[in-house]
Amino acid sequence: MQRIGVFVCHCGSNIAATVDVKKVVEIVRNEPGVVHAEDYQYMCSEAGQALIAKAIAEKNLSGIVVCSCSPRMHEATFRKAAERAGLNPYMVEIANIREHCSWIHKNVEEATEKAVILARAAIAKVNLNAPLKAGESRVTKRALVIGGGIAGIQTALDIADAGYEVDIVEKTPSIGGRMSQLDKTFPTLDCSACILTPKMVEAAAHEKITIYTYSEVEKVSGFVGDFTVDIRKKARSVDMDKCTGCGVCQEKCPSKKTPSEFNRGLGNRSAIYTPFAQAIPNVPVIDRDACIKFKTGKCGICSKVCQAGAIDYEQKDEIVTEKYGAIVVATGFDTIKLDKYDEYAYNQSKDVITSLELERVMNAAGPTKGHLERLSDGKHPKNIVFIQCVGSRCSDDRGKPYCSKICCMYTAKHAMLIRDKYPDVNVTVFYIDVRTPGKNFDEFYRRAVEDYGVNYIKGQVGKVAPQPDGSLLVQGVDLLDNKQILMEADMVVLATVIEPDPSVRKIATMLTASIDTNNFLTESHAKLRPVESPTAGVFLSGVCQGPKDIPETVAQAGAAAVKAIGLLAKDKLLTNPCTAKPDELLCNGCSACANVCPYGAITYETKLINDHGIREERRVAQVNNALCQGCGACTVTCPSGAMDLQGFSNRQIIAEVDAICR
Amino acid sequence: MSHDKTKKQAELIREISGVNPYKCMKCGKCSASCPSFNEMDIKPHQFVSYVLNDDLEALVNSKSLWKCLSCFACIERCPRDVKPGKLVDAARQLVVRERGGDFLSADEIPEKLDPELPQQLLVSAFRRYRR
Repeated sequence: MQRIGVFVCHCGSNIAATVDVKKVVEIVRNEPGVVHAEDYQYMCSEAGQALIAKAIAEKNLSGIVVCSCSPRMHEATFRKAAERAGLNPYMVEIANIREHCSWIHKNVEEATEKAVILARAAIAKVNLNAPLKAGESRVTKRALVIGGGIAGIQTALDIADAGYEVDIVEKTPSIGGRMSQLDKTFPTLDCSACILTPKMVEAAAHEKITIYTYSEVEKVSGFVGDFTVDIRKKARSVDMDKCTGCGVCQEKCPSKKTPSEFNRGLGNRSAIYTPFAQAIPNVPVIDRDACIKFKTGKCGICSKVCQAGAIDYEQKDEIVTEKYGAIVVATGFDTIKLDKYDEYAYNQSKDVITSLELERVMNAAGPTKGHLERLSDGKHPKNIVFIQCVGSRCSDDRGKPYCSKICCMYTAKHAMLIRDKYPDVNVTVFYIDVRTPGKNFDEFYRRAVEDYGVNYIKGQVGKVAPQPDGSLLVQGVDLLDNKQILMEADMVVLATVIEPDPSVRKIATMLTASIDTNNFLTESHAKLRPVESPTAGVFLSGVCQGPKDIPETVAQAGAAAVKAIGLLAKDKLLTNPCTAKPDELLCNGCSACANVCPYGAITYETKLINDHGIREERRVAQVNNALCQGCGACTVTCPSGAMDLQGFSNRQIIAEVDAICR
Repeated sequence: MSHDKTKKQAELIREISGVNPYKCMKCGKCSASCPSFNEMDIKPHQFVSYVLNDDLEALVNSKSLWKCLSCFACIERCPRDVKPGKLVDAARQLVVRERGGDFLSADEIPEKLDPELPQQLLVSAFRRYRR
């Protein structure tokens, strides 16, 4: 029989105003196993914890129940207090009489009754608790960063600066990501390349950082502290050691008709290419789908002109296998396809472009060399219309339900830059709401209105109709004037909703990291653990977790790095002892548990079993305690009741239910 | 109209249209799309407010109901699944269903008559629009 102490917290008035704590103490005192019960104003305070320690020592308690707030809040606090007092921390149970009781009820009598019931359940469970001991696992002191945009680069730099090895895996031929495609950045209007390229160079030159470009993560196994990852280095067809980056091959390549991914398809690139001039590494790749040599067997000009002899048509994909202690996902975003938005005529007119395409148009290295011109005829536009929330805040099946967060600011930026450089151009912005929270953000938007004369109209555009003369007729509404507007435009710019890069789904599956309905990676706790995935050892950096701008991305990248460093700094990890444990005598080897395990923690082994004197070889389930997160999926799936969760055994759960139903 | 009646009518409109007016975010895309905008006294983006405020009398008596072309541009483009065109349709139903309504007189029939028109249509129109 356990010797149980029950400690009922007032939580100031949070609990005590709705629950008669004195009454709870008096009633639970008579529960089986309870030898001590008391209440205190703030049980989590130092004085409250001292009360617990004193009772453990004086009454020789073997288990305790704390009736207080949610275990998410203070379970760790009370476990540590118990451990200091010489009690196994897993002999502590929390009865949540705040979130589950006092906060949601008004009637004191009923709330008190419920608090007693919740306490009874916890007491019934402690009666069946057994001391558990956390195991240990080793930590590989190397981190993997998936994605080489600003988020990945910043995370890698921060981890490397702390002295740990970092590998960046980037699927395109160069690091840099979306930020490298941007022209200027808000709210200070500094040039994106000027602040990004030094970071790219720093990452490439860092002795602790290895960059795998044109590479993808192929397979992930293992667990926190000890991941094993296969990286596929796609065949570049160019020897990275020999290539000097002179660029002659790209000049001479006769296949120049492939739409440039970097310029969002607004210009063409050659079959052998680096995405942009400042690419890192400055080593081109051959796009084998576009290369004449690969398609017809004839050509080979790049090989002939290469002084370094770096072209290698025979190169094959290569798999690199590496071990990591921590993995940071920084896969970034893309804009959605606008096929479903026919009313904006994006697919009908070259002069209807997305904001990301406008970035390329405004960029000196872009398809128009930075001149603002219509892409259909190269003419200078006189009237430009910006349409906000294209696909954002939609609850239909065309767009996304969330706000993309960055559009209001970049549109103000575009509008201002255009008015600054071309004062003859009229700029109109159709908006639903202007959302500019952030340091110097609203001031920035007001500057567009007040100093640059950008015409902001509250309302949406219903239709953009290309006219025979090449102009665009824009039909919109001014909701504040309650008037429909018909205006002519030369260019229309769509603030297109951003979505997580499509590659994230595959990566999330490999990492068993959860994603939400919009494919954003889920954080462990929206407020208190915003850069950690619920999967231990996996961290989140940048837009893969949710829409954010560059300053936020950099801040989050640093936070993810710190969390990864905190993990890598440890030599050993304590593992959660509340893991699944199979009863080998009951296990029938059906594999049902292994199939439902989201963490890949269950394997099967054929071993000699002594079943009440019968010795035979049986196929039985084995749980890797370092991988198991204690979710319990296997315990409810097991048809023979062989799988049980330590600390949450079937017997304990049933005892709790019994206590509640008594 | 009595308060209870309006309340009931507002509920009826929601039921017939299947529209949840609370989903509207006042973006105005319906009004931006509407080809009859200038003919309407209550504009498409305002329909939702009339339903939410139980101000059915104004909506039912509005010119807009009969100016709507049912082109469904607003239904097609509404980003919030509110679809004001459905509200208009429901409001029209409400008017039409009203007992004692007098929307058709025998005197108008000759000028509306079309040789292609089946007899049954006339009879059912009388049943429906004259009680």
